[in-house]
Amino acid sequence: MARILSILVGLFFTVALLWSFGLGFYTWTTEPAAATAEHEFHLHPKNVHFASDGPFGKFDNQQLQRGFQVYKEVCSACHSLSHVAFRDLEQLGYSEAEVKAIAAGFTVPGTDPNTGESAMVPGSPTDYFPKPFANDIAARAANNNAVPPDLSLMTKARHNGPAYVYSLLTGYRDQPAELLKHFPEAKTPPGLHYNPYFANLNLAMAPPLSGDGQVEYGDGTKSTVDQMAKDVAAFLIWTAEPTLEKRKQTGWAVLGFLLFATILGYMSYRNIWSDKKH
Amino acid sequence: MSFPWANEYKPSHPFMKWMDEKLPLPRLVYNSVGGGYPVPRNLNYFWNFGFLALICLTIQIVTGIVMAMHYAANTAVAFDTIEHTVRDVNWGWLFRYAHANGASAFFVVIYIHIFRGFYYGSYKAPREMVWLLGVVIFLLMMATAFMGYVLPWGQMSFWGAKVITGLFGAIPLVGEPLQQWLLGGFAPDNAALNRFFSLHYLLPFVIVGVVVLHIWALHIPGSSNPTGVEVKTESDTVPFYPYYIAKDGWAVGAFAFLFAAAVFFFPNSLGHPDNYIPANPMSTPAHIVPEWYFWPFYAILRAFTQDFFFIPAKLMGVLAMFGAILVWFFLPWLDKSPVRSGSYRPTYKKFFWFGLIPAMAVLFYCGGAPAAEPYVMFSQIAALYYFAHFLIILPIVSAIEKPLPLPYSITEAVLGKDDGAELAPTA
Repeated sequence: MARILSILVGLFFTVALLWSFGLGFYTWTTEPAAATAEHEFHLHPKNVHFASDGPFGKFDNQQLQRGFQVYKEVCSACHSLSHVAFRDLEQLGYSEAEVKAIAAGFTVPGTDPNTGESAMVPGSPTDYFPKPFANDIAARAANNNAVPPDLSLMTKARHNGPAYVYSLLTGYRDQPAELLKHFPEAKTPPGLHYNPYFANLNLAMAPPLSGDGQVEYGDGTKSTVDQMAKDVAAFLIWTAEPTLEKRKQTGWAVLGFLLFATILGYMSYRNIWSDKKH
Repeated sequence: MSFPWANEYKPSHPFMKWMDEKLPLPRLVYNSVGGGYPVPRNLNYFWNFGFLALICLTIQIVTGIVMAMHYAANTAVAFDTIEHTVRDVNWGWLFRYAHANGASAFFVVIYIHIFRGFYYGSYKAPREMVWLLGVVIFLLMMATAFMGYVLPWGQMSFWGAKVITGLFGAIPLVGEPLQQWLLGGFAPDNAALNRFFSLHYLLPFVIVGVVVLHIWALHIPGSSNPTGVEVKTESDTVPFYPYYIAKDGWAVGAFAFLFAAAVFFFPNSLGHPDNYIPANPMSTPAHIVPEWYFWPFYAILRAFTQDFFFIPAKLMGVLAMFGAILVWFFLPWLDKSPVRSGSYRPTYKKFFWFGLIPAMAVLFYCGGAPAAEPYVMFSQIAALYYFAHFLIILPIVSAIEKPLPLPYSITEAVLGKDDGAELAPTA
């Protein structure tokens, strides 16, 4: 009885699935999905290597400082970095005094010490990076109806994030003639910018790194667009995970200990079972 | 315990004797995981996964309690409190990564544990209750994991919660009021986040309770084994301590090594990047996918694309998704074969390796893929096999299959002969 019921229930589900499959298969063969410009022209991020890659990866503080400079001078005009505090910058090799000076260069929302009213005050190391816009509405109004996303976690919030950031910053170009020929309706709308590394190909952000020498590096590195893009991507790896280096270093110690403990455990297992065939 | 030759607990120290009279907790431990619990001597490594599951549950509870100390279940700050934990709390990143990857590790272990049960017929008499409690644990795990994934209040947290609670809306008549009651609103918001946190903290301890019952029920007949032949004499067994403590011990080491490799070197590989974007009800992600351990069931849900007679496609999907797990409750009565182990069931074994395992693999793959062709067709075929396997093939095969000859006893299977066999009455 149980089995007859079970077979009936089984038939119910399998027939329903056959029905779905049959109609789906029919639609699939008779009406092939239309090709889209996104599908044909979207590119995966370029291959790019960072010092922090791999199991032994370490941050290159020189590069992170350059990347921070790019963020400060270019990106911070529109993008917030809300999970990072000025004090965190000491991890990039800045001294306490330098961090104080960097923080004081920003104004942050605070309280006027004389009147007690809300006011913009110079930042201190304990403050977080201020947001460039008061709220999303202000951000939209200033940016062609797009909200510039916070960058703190950007390299974790996209597939292959660091390479994505680098590719996007160096990926702006004119729309290919072939794309316009096959998909005339996919012409980049006014106010947007074509970039094949962006999911839907058209991005509200104008090319932020427009020419070599846009930022003047203090360490003598030549600030090509490629170099600036790489540096700011490296900086954003750090902002997304300041503990990355510690994580990998701790990992080796933990794996070493566990390997040792597991070998001991295996030996005691062999020893205990030596008199028992199993 | 269950066998007459089980070692008896004999405390020698006066304090332990005193303790044994007042509260025989050491005796309970001795009889449960000590020298007083005889276990088949022939268990293979698939039998380590129950113990590993217990380790995973412990990892989740310990790391979870620490995470909860720094978390605030409020939609305005939930995302930020997690980032605060990771960045500013001492070793917070380690607890966070261990907890997030710990959920994945728990499901890897539990899937192997469950499929061990399928292959070796562990669900059969006299262990039906062990199996039923195990399925209850699995359902509780799924609920706990789902609600835990909502807590960081990232994009996938929000949209995952919206999709999954939306499933209840497919139930006729009561669906929509039920959905609103579950969420405490029309969409996931502060009320939902708060109650999910409350339940996410509660359910693991409910799981602990059911695990105790699961192990208790297991200790009545004792563990099954790869031959599926029940224990007959003392030479079939070894005491749990030291034999299986040693074997489980080194398996825990190997497991911890792999787990640490994931936590320290690939901590984000199994997560979705979108969950590092704060929840935004106004912006739908391109692909809403649950965590990988839900993919087979998510694929089944999405496989039903057409209304079936008067039943809407969405309701069919919901019925099938829950049915796919509920069917496990009935296995002990659907599989009538007197032989437990798949090793002695040539036909069943073929369906297991060439049917169920590939179907599960396809469902895993398609559940994580976009809801587009050809993935939907693949998942329809795989889901079709899945239901046919448990509800049609298993009852029929188990009735008509001719099993291979079984060894007389575990001892014979291990040593090639069983000296105690002549003394035992012929059954």
